[in-house]
Parts: sequence; C-alpha cells; structure tokens
Amino acid sequence: METKIRVENLNFYYGNNRALTNINMEIYRNKITAFIGPSGCGKSTFLRTINRMNEFIENTRVEGKVLIDDEDIYSKKVDPVELRRRVGMVFQRPNPFPKTIYENIVYGLKKNGVKNKEVLDEVVDTTLKSVALYEEVKDKIHKSALELSGGQQQRLCIARAIAMQPDVILFDEPTSALDPISTMKIEELLLELKNDYTIIIVTHSMQQAARISDYTAFFLNGELIEIDETNKIFSNPRDKRTEDYITGRFG
Amino acid sequence: MSVLKEDLVRLIDNPVGLRRRKIKNKFFHGLLFLCTIFGVVVLAFLLYDILKKGLPWLSVDFIKNFPSRFPKKSGIYPALLGSLMLILLTTVIAFPVGVGTAVYLEEYAGNNKFTEFIKLNIANLAGVPSIIYGMLGLAVFVRALGMGRSILAGSFTMALLVLPIIIISSQEAIRSVPGILKQASYALGTTKWQTVTGVILPYAIPGILTGTILSVSRALGEAAPLIVVGALSYVSFAPSSVMDSFTTLPIQIFNWASMPKKDFQNVAAAGIIVLLIILLAVNSIAIILRDKYQIRMKD
Repeated sequence: METKIRVENLNFYYGNNRALTNINMEIYRNKITAFIGPSGCGKSTFLRTINRMNEFIENTRVEGKVLIDDEDIYSKKVDPVELRRRVGMVFQRPNPFPKTIYENIVYGLKKNGVKNKEVLDEVVDTTLKSVALYEEVKDKIHKSALELSGGQQQRLCIARAIAMQPDVILFDEPTSALDPISTMKIEELLLELKNDYTIIIVTHSMQQAARISDYTAFFLNGELIEIDETNKIFSNPRDKRTEDYITGRFG
Repeated sequence: MSVLKEDLVRLIDNPVGLRRRKIKNKFFHGLLFLCTIFGVVVLAFLLYDILKKGLPWLSVDFIKNFPSRFPKKSGIYPALLGSLMLILLTTVIAFPVGVGTAVYLEEYAGNNKFTEFIKLNIANLAGVPSIIYGMLGLAVFVRALGMGRSILAGSFTMALLVLPIIIISSQEAIRSVPGILKQASYALGTTKWQTVTGVILPYAIPGILTGTILSVSRALGEAAPLIVVGALSYVSFAPSSVMDSFTTLPIQIFNWASMPKKDFQNVAAAGIIVLLIILLAVNSIAIILRDKYQIRMKD
C-alpha cells in the first residue's frame, strides 16, 4: 500500500476562525477514502485544501503541510494552476459549462495548450467511455451539455476532470443532488475509477461511505476524530464519538 | 381559546371590512393602471405629433442633402454621418475600457479600501450631469491633448460619459456568472485570465452587450456635452476623417427647432424621426445580440 497524500499538522482559518485543527492523515494510492461527519465539521474545507481551491475565498489561511508524492503543495515551488491539473475535482451539484458535451471535456486540455484535433477527439471518446456515458450521448456530442439529465451531467463533470489526466480526484458530495439510480451509477463508476486514480470523496451518506470506500475518516468540529479501514470504522470504531455518529445518535 | 377564535373569525369575516378592502383593491388597481397609461399616452401623443409634422418632409433628399437656409432644401446628411461616426468611435473606445475595468474590479482587484473607493466613484460618475463631461472634454481632449473640435474629441468625451454605465452593467453581468462555473474552470487547472475568457465573458456577454448598447444609444441622443466640446450647428461638408469638425443629429434638430421659419419645425420633426429610427435600430441590435449569445442555464 502506497501513500499518495500525507497531511501533516494542517490548520485552516477563515479569518480568525479556525475551521480545521491539527489534521494528520495518510491517503493511499488507488483507494477510495471517504470523509464523513456532520454539516460544518470541516470535511469539505479539508477536501479543498488538497487542490488549494480555498484560495479563492478571501481572508483564509493554511498552516501545515499537504504532501502529494512527498512534495508539499503549499511550498512556493508549486503552482496552484499546475496542481489542479493533477488533482481534479467534482462538485456537489453538476456544473457543466453551458457549452457542448465535446467542449466541456476538452475545455481544460485546450486551456492547457492541447490543440491537436485528433488527440482531443480521442480523449472525448475514451473519457466518455470510461464514465459509461458514451452509449447514451454518442449522437449528441456536439449538443449542449445542459440538455443532459442531472446524473449524466455529473458523469460528464467526472469525464471533464478525467480528461486532464489527474492522479487524484476529489469528489465533494457528488451524488447529493442526484436520484438513487444516478447515485448508484456514480458509485459503480467510482469503484472502477479507483484502479486508475486516488479518490477522495466527501459524503453525507454513511451508507455511501460504507458501500464504496476503502478508508473512512470521521470529522467533527474541524478535527479528524479517526481514520481507518472502512469496515473497522463501521464495525468497531475506536472513538466513542465516531460510534455515536455512525449509529445515528447525532448528526 | 374557542371564544378568541370566534371573535377573530367574526372580525376577519366582517362584511363591511371586506367590502372596504375590496374597494381599496379596485381603487389601487385603477390607479396603477393610470400610472402605466400616463406614460404610454404622452408618448403616443408625442409620436403622433412628430410623425404628422415630419413624415411629409421625410425623403431620400432629406437624408442626402446638407442643411440649408431654405426648409425645402434642408437635409440631414452631415449630422447623420457625424452621429454614426461619433457613436461608432465612442463604442470602440468605451467598450474595451469599460469591460476591462469591470473584469478587473470583479475578478482581479482585492476586496480592499482602494477597490471600494473606485467602485463608489464609478457609481457616482454615472450620475454626473452630461454637460460636466462636456467641460472636461473641452479642457482635456480639445485643448490639452490638442484634438481640436473634432469627432475624435467628441468621441472621447462621449466615451467618458457612457463609461460608468458600461462598467456598472458589465460588473453586474460578470457578478451573475455562477460561482460554481468559475470553480469548475479553476479546478481544471486554468489561470484567472483563461477562466475570464473561457467561462466568465461568454456567460456575461449578453448582459454586457445590452448595457453597452443601451448606454451608447443614450449617448446618441445627447447634445449638451457636444455643444460644449464644439460640435458645429451648421456644417456644409460631410466629415471624412475623425479629425474633422462635425455636427450630430440632436444638435441639428435643436438648431432647426430654434429657427424662426415655421417650416423648420417640420424639418426638425423629420430629423427626430431619423434619430428615432436609428435608436430603434440600435436597440434592436442589442436585443438580437443578446438573444444570439443568450445561454440558458437549466437548473
């Protein structure tokens, strides 16, 4: 088992308000790690420290280290633009660009200088196939992405992230706006994608974490309470608060 | 408790009160309708008056001729050309500067006192009377920068006049871009500028164009600042370059309207019709462009 991401003594502040306290954890390559916890526990904030998306919120501050492949992504040498190419992200609500399906997938590549049409065409085909969307949309690749259903849009957003050839993909509650069947499809997809990517998923649904993740981290009030193999967390948590949460006593 | 309920129901269902409320409703319904109709009626009357006076005078010759001391020979050609050149040049100057400012203020500038100060000033500038811009244009463009009483000086002056409106409407259009789309773009490893060109501007362009064209069509009807800058009231030649002196439709119309000969009133009305047609055309362009670029976000 290989460590992909190591977080060391991470603190995060919104102004003077500390949102994350002293987080330490390891995330393993080609595994699905789920972050669970009640609303406002900091799990999404923590997710966004891994691709530095919090930097778009003014007046925020990070202390500590996030090492991806042993390189601290907060060191001066790391360019956040380049980092986000390597660490993809899928958001809570499907957010395709108001462009065609094709243009959605190649957007990031084109902006990063890939102009060769044959390459782009191939990327569109392969990524659509790898998110199991190809059969459904192959006849309307040049139609607006907004015509797709919510579940299809979300899979397109995953395709868009994959097209950038990332190592890590962050999912911020990717199924919270979807119906159960679309949710199931996304979950199946995640299980396939972990062969090629390191996946981190924030989820409100403990069942979802139990179904798909290899590791589960439980957050409470900005602290990491515990992280372990998913079956251990759900069958035999070490911390009383974890147990209370997963048995539904609060949250 | 049940007593209280009965009392309340009796109060609410009180037939006198109910009738009074209904009458009040009808009254305000009527009053609000009158407010609406007031503007429409006045406008219709003005339009009728102008069309009645001006239509018989409107002809190809009227468009092609130069002004003359004889009403029958008077034409609007130099003013029309002056207006079109002025408005085109104004747009060329004001649009990039205005949109650039809006993008800077919304996407690049930090949220600090300086930015706040600039935003406040732009909002205030939008309310400055147009003649003040004329004075500024006279001092800066005509005299200090030596442009003389040219179309160029007039265009820069008009550009200043419409700039705050373009900036504010562009800012609003840019602010309406969903944050979730910007984040999607950034998360794909793009720089700010790439996100501006890739997501923000395409999404905001209908709003930006609408604001720009509406402000430009306002400038089309302005006379005061141009009189200060030195637009002529009588031009016997058509402007051929941006350094030529010029006149515009509103000034020409004002000039005719103040002539003693009665027929010139009709000439002025014909001029107003031409100006109205151009304004309508410009506004239609705004609508067409907006619809063309309109991106409908399904929720």
